[in-house]
Amino acid sequence: MRPVYVLSGGVSKFAKARPDKTFQAIVKEAFDASIADLGLEPRQAIELLDGSVASYFSDHFQRQLMSGIMAQDYLGLVPKPSHRVEGGGATGGLCFQEGWKSVASGDMDVCIAYGFETMSHVQTWKGNEFIALASDVSFDYPVGGFYSGYYAMMVTRHMKEFGTTVEQMATVSVKNHRNALYNPYAQKRMALTVEDVRKSPMVAWPLTRLDICTMSDGAAAVWLASEEGLARVEKATGKRLPRVKVAGIGRGTDAMRMADRPHVDYETFYRKYALPIEDTDEGRAYYRDLWNKGFRYPGVHSFRAGRTASAQACKRAGIADPMAELDFVELHDAYTSSEIQTYEDMGLCRYGEGGPLAIDGRTFLPGIDYGLTLSKPSTTPVNPSGGLIACGHPVGATGLMQAVFALWQLQHTIPQHFGDTRLQVPNARRGAIHSHAGTGTYVSVSILEREDGGAA
Amino acid sequence: MSGHDKVPVDETLEGAVVFNVPFPSDLKGLDQMAPIIIKHPYYVDYIHSYGQDSPFFAGLANKRLMGTKCTACGHAFATPRKACMECGAECAWVELPQQARVHAFTVCHFGSEEFLPDCPFVLAQVEFEGFDTLFLTRIQGLDPTAPSLDWIGMKVGARFRRLSRLKPTDVWFEPL
Ligand SMILES: [Zn+2]
Repeated sequence: MRPVYVLSGGVSKFAKARPDKTFQAIVKEAFDASIADLGLEPRQAIELLDGSVASYFSDHFQRQLMSGIMAQDYLGLVPKPSHRVEGGGATGGLCFQEGWKSVASGDMDVCIAYGFETMSHVQTWKGNEFIALASDVSFDYPVGGFYSGYYAMMVTRHMKEFGTTVEQMATVSVKNHRNALYNPYAQKRMALTVEDVRKSPMVAWPLTRLDICTMSDGAAAVWLASEEGLARVEKATGKRLPRVKVAGIGRGTDAMRMADRPHVDYETFYRKYALPIEDTDEGRAYYRDLWNKGFRYPGVHSFRAGRTASAQACKRAGIADPMAELDFVELHDAYTSSEIQTYEDMGLCRYGEGGPLAIDGRTFLPGIDYGLTLSKPSTTPVNPSGGLIACGHPVGATGLMQAVFALWQLQHTIPQHFGDTRLQVPNARRGAIHSHAGTGTYVSVSILEREDGGAA
Repeated sequence: MSGHDKVPVDETLEGAVVFNVPFPSDLKGLDQMAPIIIKHPYYVDYIHSYGQDSPFFAGLANKRLMGTKCTACGHAFATPRKACMECGAECAWVELPQQARVHAFTVCHFGSEEFLPDCPFVLAQVEFEGFDTLFLTRIQGLDPTAPSLDWIGMKVGARFRRLSRLKPTDVWFEPL
């Protein structure tokens, strides 16, 4: 495998509906932004790119098969190689990794990964039906297919196991919406209180409307390149680009039906799922105590795929302690509850400690007033962009949007791109992006790292 | 074709949705045109086979709850699957008890379009003695306006539709 660099990215404005453009033209918006950021003309970009990977989630939303090729020809990239990637909510994250593979394998020197979704083609409740078709249509969908309901079930078990509270979940919503106030790309930019979140209409107990991301129309695009490709792009631009490398990728899977997930014992957990940082006397005593209280893993309260994806990515990136060694994380907060669950899966804390971590301040940005009393200083901001909850979730674009925001963090160009310095993580050198499908069926984690100097 | 009369087109109002779409006299104005948005119906009847899972649905029609058990490792699936997820061996059909406990739940106040008329309803994963995995079902007989974490662990019993619709909603559970 060759080293792979992330060179540039572009994001369209995410909105509830974009009737002003068809999906290809929205992709073109993101594509053109990624080109303009390099200081190139579309004609030069088309010449530099060896091929692409396209991603979108739902053929139902599109009512147009082969949408990938329609984006490819609209961008002027035919007859270059391309393929479409699909993996539910993780579609964008998987697309980023397929782009990485295209370059790491030597198949391409310069590859663009682009993704999109246009979810406004149907009304919200029909859209929920389309999304719920991503659950077993024999056993799950007909019982009351509704993703917010599925996540709500998972979190009631998390609450029962660990004492996680609705206020801890609401605090995630406050943090992410507040961050988005300073992100002009975000769909929902709001200053909220915990009370606002709890008073908002109940969707699936205990999740309210403000605990849940919304549907969006949008697109994102990311350039990936080998060292040769990077040199080729730099020659065309006439300027040196910051060295942002993909330090490691990881993926995991779990059963489509959450009912099928195992409930393993303590020994199996340590043999197959525990992280190196958890393999201490103190860590073992902590988990022994959980198992003695009846805890089993992963059950429906934890995402085993998130754990294995993150463990693989961290191992490849040489990270032993994610909380200490990552400067920020952009993770898949389709629900406030899943942000808390993902803290635990990714090893930002241990299983059972996600609720307290959500409110203590470590996952917040240092320069923002959240209207909350936080007991600890910021260490690893989570979703500094505002995450899915505030930015929107145009599924096929979402994981790529995370890659673009992570790239800008590592380039230290958030102030230029957002027109505000507040969301720039100080001295960001390493960050993770996490993309998640179904009830935790496909999860991808990619770690990006700044190689050269680049003080903020 | 010159010299011939135009063939008259016999148009009816069938399919017409709008009359007199505005159009600018100067073509430069086209880029400022508001998007035209049309409604497009999309209905389909699927022919869905339950395949190897069919005995489960036949069981529901006979007021029996069927799961499977791995013939090699013994892993017992409360939602049936014929291939064992733990070891890959084949699973055999076994009958589930008709009592269970609530493992996790929610109250859906909204839902997919198809289920909106049912809201609010209690959706739950239930666990069975002797089975390693769970089963998704609805719980009737609980007050959806007063949800409580204390529902977790509650004993519930299976109830069956008298006239089967061959859907997993042929069975639901009620507190015992
Ligand atoms: Zn087996």
